[in-house]
Amino acid sequence: MVNFNNLLQYLSLQSPLPSSSSASLSNLNITETLTKMGLTTYTLPSLPYAYDALEPHISAQIMELHHARHHQAYVTNLNAALVSHATALAEGDVAAQISLQQAIRFHGGGHINHSLFWRNLAPAGTAETADPAQAAPELVAEIGKVWGGLAEFKKAFGAALLGIQGSGWGWLVKETGEGGRLRIVTTKDQDPVVGGQVPVLGVDMWEHAYYLQYLNGKAAYVENIWNVINWKTAEERFAGRSEEKTEL
Amino acid sequence: MSSTLFRTSPALRGALRASGAPKVAGAMAGIGFVRGKATLPDLPYDYGALEPHISGKIMELHHSKHHQTYVNGLNSAVQTIKEAESKGDFTKAATVAPLLNFHGGGHINHTLFWENLAPASREGGGDPSGALQKAIVADFGSVDSFRKQMDAALAGIQGSGWAWLVKDKTAGNLNIVTRANQDPVSGPYVPLLGIDAWEHAYYLQYQNRKAEYFEAIWNVINWKTVESRFEKP
Repeated sequence: MVNFNNLLQYLSLQSPLPSSSSASLSNLNITETLTKMGLTTYTLPSLPYAYDALEPHISAQIMELHHARHHQAYVTNLNAALVSHATALAEGDVAAQISLQQAIRFHGGGHINHSLFWRNLAPAGTAETADPAQAAPELVAEIGKVWGGLAEFKKAFGAALLGIQGSGWGWLVKETGEGGRLRIVTTKDQDPVVGGQVPVLGVDMWEHAYYLQYLNGKAAYVENIWNVINWKTAEERFAGRSEEKTEL
Repeated sequence: MSSTLFRTSPALRGALRASGAPKVAGAMAGIGFVRGKATLPDLPYDYGALEPHISGKIMELHHSKHHQTYVNGLNSAVQTIKEAESKGDFTKAATVAPLLNFHGGGHINHTLFWENLAPASREGGGDPSGALQKAIVADFGSVDSFRKQMDAALAGIQGSGWAWLVKDKTAGNLNIVTRANQDPVSGPYVPLLGIDAWEHAYYLQYQNRKAEYFEAIWNVINWKTVESRFEKP
């Protein structure tokens, strides 16, 4: 099993954000409490591109709300849940520890999933997105072996995305271990891909990821997102060269 | 934004009426079926009628696109099951169960939802009265306390889902329950009042500020509908 805490810690260290001047008093208290307990305070990673950099495929308004509001809320609520959990642990209150598991899973998963998602997107027409075979030679070769070609993979992945009932994510994962096979999996709500699988690329199928632009036309979102998939990041995760430590 | 943009056109309404045989009673009152097929129910108000609390654009998409998709998905799932049954392929029938639950639940939930909303200028908003009011006070302390508990349940949904005020047929009391995705309320519970917490129900107007939607929707709750569901034996 993956050490969930190390994973979160790692992701937050990947993209340290300078302490926000707009941080509320309660956020400062949470940071202070976590620090006193010797725990990490998770922070919102900055995006590796501007909010409008994925247009016209994903609008700047969507990206800003998604990153600055939704992802921030997962980070804030994760830290709050971890304070409560650390307190319950210190007090030996096992019932309280158990009752906090779902909140940690949801908000921690939200933080992990979005951190992975931002990094597997990039502006269209760049070296990262325009030519998958060039940006991700090993991954595209393996996709060819498994699905018969990139077009066939995209079709299968798109069908999995559109088959999600409610909120969730679609992932291309690599099973861990030697010769790990590629698989398409979906996770519900903010369940992260952990334990035995390396996320290679993820697509957010929550309505907040596309609704302001695509409304109920989620098939068009699923089609257009291929224009902004960062194949270089996917290749690094697939080949185990990612600095994100893809064993997470 | 002009609400008239989003009214159901008279021509469309006429076409809807002309399109089928007389409606027969479905499994639940208010759930429309024509010749054994689920149909999209007409809204009892215009798309713009719930403004400013729910925008006309949200209502139009929610009703004419999202609900229609559940109706289509339900009919398709039922058809697949019928065909599988006729061939004795019960494995195939069983694999359709998740689609039946999702689209069937979506059709039931939205049909109940439209009926428990009304324009603020008409039946919408205010407080319940009569036996329902007494039961809410008995089970939740006060109507305000009930609204707060319902809003807390809605805010606590992780992902897509619904919160419901339900009557427990076995215990006789009222409860608040939540359901994931489009799971319908079932078992001992009778759904009285449902609030849709899917992002498509509020995102175009409220974006990530869903607490504002949960607060505003009380202005368009049709308590008369809730009362009649509560009083139904």
